[in-house]
Amino acid sequence: MDKVRVIEVKQSVFADNNAEADRIRRELKEKKTFLINLMSSPGAGKTTTLVRTIADLKDELRIGIMEADIDSTVDAETISAAGAKAIQIHTGGMCHLDAGMTEQGLRELGAEDFDLVVLENVGNLVCPAEFDTGAAKNVAILSVPEGHDKPLKYPLMFQVCHALIINKTDVLPWFDFDMEKVVAYAHMRNPDLAIFPVSAMTGEGFDAWENWLRTEAAAWNG
Amino acid sequence: MHELGVVFHVIDSLKKVAADNGVERINKVTLQLGEVSTVIPSYLADCWKWAAAKEPLVAGAELAVETLPAITYCEDCDRDYPTVAYGRTCPHCGSGRTYLKQGSEFLIKEIEVPEEEPNG
Repeated sequence: MDKVRVIEVKQSVFADNNAEADRIRRELKEKKTFLINLMSSPGAGKTTTLVRTIADLKDELRIGIMEADIDSTVDAETISAAGAKAIQIHTGGMCHLDAGMTEQGLRELGAEDFDLVVLENVGNLVCPAEFDTGAAKNVAILSVPEGHDKPLKYPLMFQVCHALIINKTDVLPWFDFDMEKVVAYAHMRNPDLAIFPVSAMTGEGFDAWENWLRTEAAAWNG
Repeated sequence: MHELGVVFHVIDSLKKVAADNGVERINKVTLQLGEVSTVIPSYLADCWKWAAAKEPLVAGAELAVETLPAITYCEDCDRDYPTVAYGRTCPHCGSGRTYLKQGSEFLIKEIEVPEEEPNG
């Protein structure tokens, strides 16, 4: 039998991704670009929320959007029509974005030309939470029809986020959704989480969310 | 759920390790997987077979997976307990002030490579 030799590796599979993400964050800090990583389930309203946010903030911040999807350019077209530069990143079947894909997107977009860049991650509450993209802040959107128990079922997503938008408050009367419970469950996972109930349809609650975004972007961009 | 992406990460890491060690073939790769790492070993094995076949460095290499048990620590009573059985609530004192100490790891532990014949 052939002789073999064993090489000890002892290396975390995600160590490379974490190191790359930290480098991206440092570079964005120098360029004064505030990157947020926006995550949610499919259909929670990421694109609709972005369209309204762009409309409200486009006169004070230069905004760029990176749309990640397995395929199609539907979202990038919608965002471009709202008045922000948008590019589409195709993940080629992957269920999340990692730091390497984010960096390619930033290069294509020309990140240095923007004060605020939003990375719209793949619609999924599981995998995107596991991979640091290099964003300054992580933001999740949970929508009313999904139910108030999601912070219990997908704890990691709520742990890694800095802000949580609870979208579709306009349909609250028709759903058995307990706002007090969702806030309590989310704070159990992450006591520092900033929570914004909004309706991307009516604009209710957007002032508080946009103030948070403004303040955080100003703090990052110095 | 992202086993295929994870396999690509592993293969990229192995290419670096191989280059650093002057290795051209790998016979066996041993991974250490935390019990609550969200990666499912059987899916990982299927993805590995498919992706490894396309890379000469690891084509046909055996994949071994060692499981690291998940252990949660309770801040209130200063004790450990098994995560999978009790989740986030401490079975000793009922507290929810607990955190995972071990069990989310995903490590490449070691690789086995053919021993080169010493050059006379």
